[in-house]
Parts: sequence; C-alpha cells; structure tokens
Amino acid sequence: MESIPDTSGYMIAGYVITFITMGLYILSVYLRNKNLNQDLDTLKSLEAEQTKKK
Amino acid sequence: MQSKPIVLTILDIVSIIVLGIAAYLAIFFAPTEAVMGDVQRVFYFHIGTAWVGLVGFVLSAGAGIAYLVTKDMKWDRFEVAAVEVSTMFFFITIVLGSIWARPAWNTWWTWDPRLTTAAVTELIYIAYFMLRQGIEDPDKRARFGAVYALLGGLSAPITFMVIRLFRTIHPVVIGSQSAAAQGGFSMTPDMRTAFFFALFAFTVVFVDLMWHRVRLGGLQEKVEQLKLNVSM
Repeated sequence: MESIPDTSGYMIAGYVITFITMGLYILSVYLRNKNLNQDLDTLKSLEAEQTKKK
Repeated sequence: MQSKPIVLTILDIVSIIVLGIAAYLAIFFAPTEAVMGDVQRVFYFHIGTAWVGLVGFVLSAGAGIAYLVTKDMKWDRFEVAAVEVSTMFFFITIVLGSIWARPAWNTWWTWDPRLTTAAVTELIYIAYFMLRQGIEDPDKRARFGAVYALLGGLSAPITFMVIRLFRTIHPVVIGSQSAAAQGGFSMTPDMRTAFFFALFAFTVVFVDLMWHRVRLGGLQEKVEQLKLNVSM
C-alpha cells in the first residue's frame, strides 16, 4: 500500500498566505477609513472657519 | 466619525466565527486525500475565494449597468467595492491554485486555459483601478469605470466555463472534466461538508467586506465634496 505524501508544508503556506492577504486588505480598509475621517474633521473645521469669516 | 451600524458589527463577528469554522473543517475535519495528501486541503479555500471573486466581478458588471442607466453614484460605489474585494479574493484563488499545483502537477504555473483566463481576469481588474486613478472628473470616472466593469464582467463566466469547454489539465470537482485533467478527486461526505461550509463562510465574509468598502466609498465621496466646497 502506498503511503500518503507529506505535502503539509504547502497546505500551511496556502493558509498563511490566505490569512495574511485578507488581514492586509482589512488593515488597508481600516487605515483608509481612519485617514478619511481625519480629513473630514479638518475639512469641516475649515468650512466652519470660512463660513464665520463670511 | 461615521457611526457603524450594529448589524455590521454583528456581521463582523459572524464573519470571524464562520471563517474560523471553515478553516477548522478544511484543516482538521475533512479527511486527508490519499493521492495528494494535505495540500488538497487548500482546495476548500481555493474554491471559496474563487466563488466570491467571480460573483463579485459579475455583480460589478451589474452595478455598472445600473450606474449607466440611473447615473446614481451609489452604484459606482458598489461597483468599486465589488471589484476591489473580488480582486483581493481572486488573487488568493490564484496563489492557492499555484501552491496546490506544485506537488500535484510538479509546477507552480502552466499556461493552461483555466490558469490563463484566471490570470487575465485578475489583470483586467487591476487595470480597472489604474483606469480610475487616471480620471479626475468623478462623473467621467464613474462612466468609464461602469463600461469597463461591464466588459470586464465577461471574463468571469469565461473563466468559470473554460474548464468545461476546453481540453485542460485543471480538474473539475463538480461536473464532468476533461480527459487531460490531473489532480481530480471525488469528494467524501465530510469533504462535501467542508466544501459547502467554505462557500457559505466566504459568502458571509464577502458581504461583510463589501459593506465596509461601500461605506468607505461614501466617506471618500463626502471628503471630495467638502474639498470642493472649501476650495471655492
């Protein structure tokens, strides 16, 4: 009877890459969201200043 | 700061749980395939990510049509979200396929019809973002993006069907495969459980990420609008 080949290294690599890729994507969405919220706050205060001056 | 809907928070938690269960079923619950060994276990996530990837590309084409008909920017946001999330998932599909191919076909990559159409599809959608980056005017960007997504959407059914229409070494797990296919196997009931649960889990994760990305698009639009107001 033939033994099952040991290909567990490939499997581990596959799952590690999957979770790293998904993690990086989630991190990129989180960072973009954070930066946009900061921009939004800055722009809102700028807009409020401009309205006061007028 | 935008407040996050409670349903989205629940969906985030559910996504983490179902993805964890899917990984458990794939790695520990499903039996080891006798010929390929443990590497066959990447198949569950390979198909799961391919499923949401291709569905997302088709959805982006649908959103493209909806934008062209209604000119409503919400469809543009949906289209961008679908393309971005699907491109990420489809990248995983290709990488997992390549990792599986090394022990199964003795090569990381071969220009087989399925692998070629998958690579072309991924490149089409990477180019979609390059196209959008190059257009300043939001309406023009949305219009060009919609037409591009509509045409690009054709690549998804072609990629899906190619292994059923042409002579290819890529196996077909559900349906009849080409005589040249290498690395095919028949699923046991436990393998089927892991397989269908992975499809379900990735569908949930896809919906969750789509929701987050659509919200991000809305925020981007708000910032762009405020920038215009402030600079006037």
